[in-house]
Amino acid sequence: MSVVKKSPWILHYDGTSCNGCDIEVLACLTPLYDVERFGIINTGNPKHADILLITGSVNEQNIPVVKQLYEQMPDPKAVVAVGICATSGGIFAECYNVVGGVGKVIPVDVYVPGCAARPESIIDGVVKALDILEVKRKKR
Amino acid sequence: MGNRTIVPFGPQHPVLPEPIHLDLVLEDERVIEAIPRIGYIHRGLEKLVEKKDYQQYVYVAERICGICSFMHGMGYCMSIESIMEVEIPERAKFLRTIWAELSRLHSHLLWLGLLADAFGFESLFMQSWKLREQILDIFEETTGGRVIFSVCEVGGVKKDISSETLNKMKEVLTAMEKELKEAAAVFLNDSTVKLRTKGVGVLSREAAFELGAVGPMARASGIEMDIRSQGYAAYNQLDFKPITDQGGDCYARTKVRIGELFQSIDLIRQCIAIIPDGEVKRKVTGNPKGEHFTRLEQPRGEVLYYAKANGTKFLDRVRVRTPTFANVPALLETLKNCSLADVPILILTIDPCISCTER
Repeated sequence: MSVVKKSPWILHYDGTSCNGCDIEVLACLTPLYDVERFGIINTGNPKHADILLITGSVNEQNIPVVKQLYEQMPDPKAVVAVGICATSGGIFAECYNVVGGVGKVIPVDVYVPGCAARPESIIDGVVKALDILEVKRKKR
Repeated sequence: MGNRTIVPFGPQHPVLPEPIHLDLVLEDERVIEAIPRIGYIHRGLEKLVEKKDYQQYVYVAERICGICSFMHGMGYCMSIESIMEVEIPERAKFLRTIWAELSRLHSHLLWLGLLADAFGFESLFMQSWKLREQILDIFEETTGGRVIFSVCEVGGVKKDISSETLNKMKEVLTAMEKELKEAAAVFLNDSTVKLRTKGVGVLSREAAFELGAVGPMARASGIEMDIRSQGYAAYNQLDFKPITDQGGDCYARTKVRIGELFQSIDLIRQCIAIIPDGEVKRKVTGNPKGEHFTRLEQPRGEVLYYAKANGTKFLDRVRVRTPTFANVPALLETLKNCSLADVPILILTIDPCISCTER
């Protein structure tokens, strides 16, 4: 396993997602995909997390929640926006209560496409975020 | 009387895949009151009907919720079809029923997994989700999508399922039934699981009725209410009887949902046995004018769809009353006087879908 430099812990937050991407994020943890074999654990505590996975766009009410979660995470940290809603708002972009993609509130490192994003691409996004974490760690 | 404290629960919480906020008023370890605060997922989907035409809106309706996605699309299509007086082909009705029952299977398995996770039985969580992947494989083979299929449309369904695939589906489900029985035995007979679910969060029949509980929540309190018995889609041609239980506690709700898993497999088998040949969609022309209410039974309970059309391609109004919304008063009732450690299980026990509720 020399290719894996770090076992990242993940914090998952559901923005205004329809659940489609959320259950795919959870499916990554279960026997078929099983990311725990790479040491990737889904944690509920932002202070333990390296990578923030956000599904769904942001709206007026959850902007402070997203910001707070991001600020509570220790450096270096990476943000992965999962699904088209987290990227740009997707099909809901025209809704009155949708502000837009997660990038409008916090800096995003990796965008994962799809509606709903497939587990394979979510895992791929997390692996890409690992490289970014490494770069950020060296910069410190 | 002990000290009163307020413990905030959520919006980001390990047990919840979705954000909901509850202020729990505690007296020592007892919950006196739970005050919900919602709005974290509100997007304003119903208003979007003014910007997407009535055929495009099917895709929006499917994205009201990613778990019961197919049935949201189906409910919306059914109400538009009723307004336009379109009679969809028989085969399409059966295909919709098969996909709807598969959705129920995957939703209930998902819920069982989350429940196991909430009381800390990690391997049971993994087992339930492993079983669920088989259903997702069927979805992928028949529709192309794992969670959101976009296969329903006004006038029927977009894709047909070949008879070979249907037979294969039957074999997969038969094999799955055996594994399901093993997992169900743990949920229903294991003494540690029973300690966490038996007698927890009892909702009496009267309370369930007065608070307007729907779906498995109502059925576990002894109310025999299931919209499928009204016979929409192909249900009128199937042998169906709602599953109920008298317990009213978490154990009863688990039991009802497990019963419904086997019932769904049975319903799919019945569908495959009598599905007629023919077209799967009817060409729909013109614009809808009028209004209609549709009710159907989702995994979480009864959902209401109201659509009002004015003769143009944009609808005037779409309104959805989702099952979780109807179950929240019952949840708040069961939370009263429970212990703080039971709160996660009680919240999960209504199978909350916040995304549907807030839209």
